[in-house]
Amino acid sequence: MQNQNVAYDSKVEGEIIVTQADAVINWIRKHSVWPMPMGLACCAIELMAAGASRFDISRFGMEVMRFSPRQADCMIVAGTVTYKMAEVVRRIYDQMAEPKWVVAMGACASTGGMYRSYATLQGVDRIIPVDVYISGCPPRPEALLDAMIKLQDKIGRENSAKNLTARKAYSLESAGAGKES
Amino acid sequence: MAESDLAQLTERFDFLTERASSDHLALNCPADKLIELCSALRDDFGYDMLIDVTAVDWDVQSPRFTGIYHFLSTTKHEYIRIAADCTDDINPALPSLTGLYPAANWHERETYDLMGITYEGHPDLRRILMWDSYPYHPLRKDFPLAGIETPLPADDVAEVTGASVLPAPMMGGPFTSSGDGPMSQTEPRAKDESWTEKKEKPVK
Repeated sequence: MQNQNVAYDSKVEGEIIVTQADAVINWIRKHSVWPMPMGLACCAIELMAAGASRFDISRFGMEVMRFSPRQADCMIVAGTVTYKMAEVVRRIYDQMAEPKWVVAMGACASTGGMYRSYATLQGVDRIIPVDVYISGCPPRPEALLDAMIKLQDKIGRENSAKNLTARKAYSLESAGAGKES
Repeated sequence: MAESDLAQLTERFDFLTERASSDHLALNCPADKLIELCSALRDDFGYDMLIDVTAVDWDVQSPRFTGIYHFLSTTKHEYIRIAADCTDDINPALPSLTGLYPAANWHERETYDLMGITYEGHPDLRRILMWDSYPYHPLRKDFPLAGIETPLPADDVAEVTGASVLPAPMMGGPFTSSGDGPMSQTEPRAKDESWTEKKEKPVK
């Protein structure tokens, strides 16, 4: 018999599904990621390509780009973060509602990239905690999709009920933790 | 066309001297005569467009700073370059061209920001690239490419994150490419690869 893993049988259980709160909460969260496109440089062009029809990020349930931090829960930092812009990035991150995640897209957002200079923040993880890093300069749209799927996996593994209280406190120790890609 | 401009300009303004140039006509002009010269360039010689305002830091030489202006004549299709030395090496200053060319406004703000040249008569001489409280002028010769440690522009963000403006890791840079040969073999490399972030640069 196929589908032995499926525990739900409408003939037996009617309209009742028994599961864990974490599984349901994470399942909802990972399939309704609303990204906040923090487009700062050329990576944003690849981000737009990932959203357009050829690569079509909506196949993975996270196409609802929201330009208001109040309506977004995943900041995609796409591009070079200058020290002057760092304040803005951090403030927008602070304005996003919990739970929230951050993807550092490309070499600049991850490490400062080729900009080893007086004006460039050497990695956005110095000011906000990053969940997934993407290599590339700029990364291909496939790399972004891969990172977003990895982020979905990560959301799926979270202890979401416990995190409701734990995520409130932010310390520099947590920044840069949990490198995925 | 440029030759006749040179003859007419040097005849009319005896303070002008010709400047070595590999492309367009270039002239040296004393800073206090700059407005007079540029009014004539705009009104009588047809140089109606200001293309660029920049400056040179000659490091230990005096005069240390030279302001550079590029003009274009949209009728003659000729460029001209004017160079004006700043008389003061410590607090360099030049007259602002914003009254003649509105385009000078942001160009002069940029040159002020990065080179520290004050443009007298500028209506709004604020920094344009670096943040207002930044204490240095980064394109000066005595400023290191990696930068100097300074606080972040926003106090509250600096307090929450503990971050500050730190010198960038240079890893033996600056990085240069030989430029000839296939791209796979001419990746930019550090000029001095004897030191890295982990192995300190030897003190001379």
